Amino acid sequence: MLLSGSDILVKTLIEQGCDTVFGYPGGQILNVYDSLYKYQNEINHVLTAHEQGAAHAADGYARTTGKVGVVISTSGPGATNLVTGIATAYLDSIPMVAICGNVPTTQIGTDSFQEIDITGVTLPITKHNYFVGSVENLADTIREAFALAKSGRPGPVLIDVPKDVQIAKCEYEPQSPAKADEPYAAKDVRITEAAEIINSAERPFIYFGGGIITANAQDEMLALADKIDSPIGCSLMGLSAIPTDHPRFLGMQGMHGHYASSMSMHNADVIISLGVRFNDRVTGNRSKFAVGAKIVHIDVDGSELNKTVNSVCGLRGDVKLTLEKLLPLLNETKNPEWAKKVNAFREEEEKYLDNRDGLTPRRAILTLNRHLGENTAVCTDVGQHQMWSAQNLFFRTPRRFASSGGLGTMGYGFGAAIGAAYGTGERSVLVTGDGSFGMNLNELATAVRYNVPVVVLIMNNGVLGMVRQWQTLFYDKHYSNSVLERKTDFAAFARSFGADGEAVTTPEELDAALTRAFATDGPYIIDCKIDKDEFVLPMLPPGGSMDDIITKLEVQA
Amino acid sequence: MNRYTVAVLVRNQFGVLNRVTSMFRRRQFNISALSVSETETNELSRITVVFDGEENNKQQLVNQLYKLPDVCSIKELTADNSLNCELMLIKLQNDPASREDIHSAAEAFKAETIDYTKDSIVLRVIGNSTKMDDFIALMRDFTILEICRTGTASIEKGSATLRQNLNL
Repeated sequence: MLLSGSDILVKTLIEQGCDTVFGYPGGQILNVYDSLYKYQNEINHVLTAHEQGAAHAADGYARTTGKVGVVISTSGPGATNLVTGIATAYLDSIPMVAICGNVPTTQIGTDSFQEIDITGVTLPITKHNYFVGSVENLADTIREAFALAKSGRPGPVLIDVPKDVQIAKCEYEPQSPAKADEPYAAKDVRITEAAEIINSAERPFIYFGGGIITANAQDEMLALADKIDSPIGCSLMGLSAIPTDHPRFLGMQGMHGHYASSMSMHNADVIISLGVRFNDRVTGNRSKFAVGAKIVHIDVDGSELNKTVNSVCGLRGDVKLTLEKLLPLLNETKNPEWAKKVNAFREEEEKYLDNRDGLTPRRAILTLNRHLGENTAVCTDVGQHQMWSAQNLFFRTPRRFASSGGLGTMGYGFGAAIGAAYGTGERSVLVTGDGSFGMNLNELATAVRYNVPVVVLIMNNGVLGMVRQWQTLFYDKHYSNSVLERKTDFAAFARSFGADGEAVTTPEELDAALTRAFATDGPYIIDCKIDKDEFVLPMLPPGGSMDDIITKLEVQA
Repeated sequence: MNRYTVAVLVRNQFGVLNRVTSMFRRRQFNISALSVSETETNELSRITVVFDGEENNKQQLVNQLYKLPDVCSIKELTADNSLNCELMLIKLQNDPASREDIHSAAEAFKAETIDYTKDSIVLRVIGNSTKMDDFIALMRDFTILEICRTGTASIEKGSATLRQNLNL
């Protein structure tokens, strides 16, 4: 059938299985919005307060569903407002398609009103991007973008569509959704090598990341752990892949990781790394990182092998398929000595747990845990609250945690929580700080307008807590520009936007507020007052090794 | 530090060179020469990258190239498995005192004089990069006005082609 470019664009999104898009209209994307109006019974558009919020919402939607998140914006400032959201998705390997309008092709390159070279701008933060020069290429470009976004290591793809291409007409024939590239296992010779190394291990440790969630390889990983009798730890991005109370799971690794998890990895003789990239926040000083260990590394992205940490055996391939082939080659073993040592680390960790009374950060998160359902997605912003969440949240279901791990985007959470609520079809939770929340609190308007059930828990300490923590430890307590001194009444703010909210100062009040929040039809804000000098502990100082770990006891002394 | 030559076939699309070089820049690869050309087919362009670094840097460069959707084929070319050739135009000041020496050096290097004026000589030199470097070193005794080098063109020996391992 003969359709306009904008109709083709929307029809192709529908054809690709996209039911919800997030975005914001503007001059050079008006035709697409006219088509969204036309096809509103087939595709739902969520209007955010700001394009950044829309990009984060598409990201939260993608993280909770595993589907490609879609965001639409106009040219110029609309497009540049997406940049942080696209970069966030890029660093965390989240499948996303961003569609921007642009000025007509005849005006491209002339610095027209609201013209920006968005394919140039997003070159380093997309898997790939496209400038669509003619309507004949439009549908296939969108199909290719979807396939690319979800193939191999997922990521964002941007499509820039000039206005005349939206207006021009051509034939359109619907197709079935584009398929991701067929996943493949690593080479047999590498798998055999890896099996030999793992079979020789006396102190194995499994360290996994977001790749396990993407590949849906939890079961294979747990089978591996059982077969070789290994403890398991993860990066921030791996959280939620396996239940928090799994007996082999020691929790998150790294700068603010669980003591037992970090110590076990440090003392392992073979580290089996699955879908992780050994970020500096995990390894600390790389020359002192797990010095005695042989690293076996499986990743779908070959460029992650030996990028920051040298592995003795790097396997490029889908982690699920590779583990399936690896498992039969492994000997069933028990490592009682190692298990004893790991348990000793666990007991040591118990001693560091913060069991103080009152509204401490840990107590706040533990209180929240009691209200979370099996399917509740929890999103965070970035900073201390993010680490407290990562350390203390109780995870039951994969894809029910969304946090900006790689880019560390303050302001990520509210958009993501809205996207997560659409993705799961259920109430979502945002744990945030007063600093992070201040960055994109405008999205409360979105949550109110669409009656999105989001529980917002603000860990309000009146300061930029993580910055303050570093200033306390490493900058002689020079609290340069980290004290907010704002007079924001978040409950009143909530009411002014048409939502509801309250402030709490005790765990009991928080519990009662959460009960009200989880019963509310729509967004609800809880202003949770905590002390400004709470620390995230343990802490591995930047560039330090496990010998330098700061635990609670040392700081209190 | 070693020198590596990597030949890359890319989709012949607008902006593809920018995609490749932008990746080199943001990951801080030390590129010493780069050449781009059309190929035997309209759909593909060929980029030859000469790169200085350690083995693991080279591996990372190749792995990062693999990730660019426009990249269709990559092959590392070594002195043993490939033929390499570069072209240089070098403009020298023409003065009676050095004219003879320049000419005999040019003859030894099989360099051709392609422009000759009262004040200048332009020579064309063809060969591998070392030959270019050696010739430039020799010419430093005279007055070099301008140098322009194409970068290395590399091709595998025998019947093997880059297109044989298309679509990685």
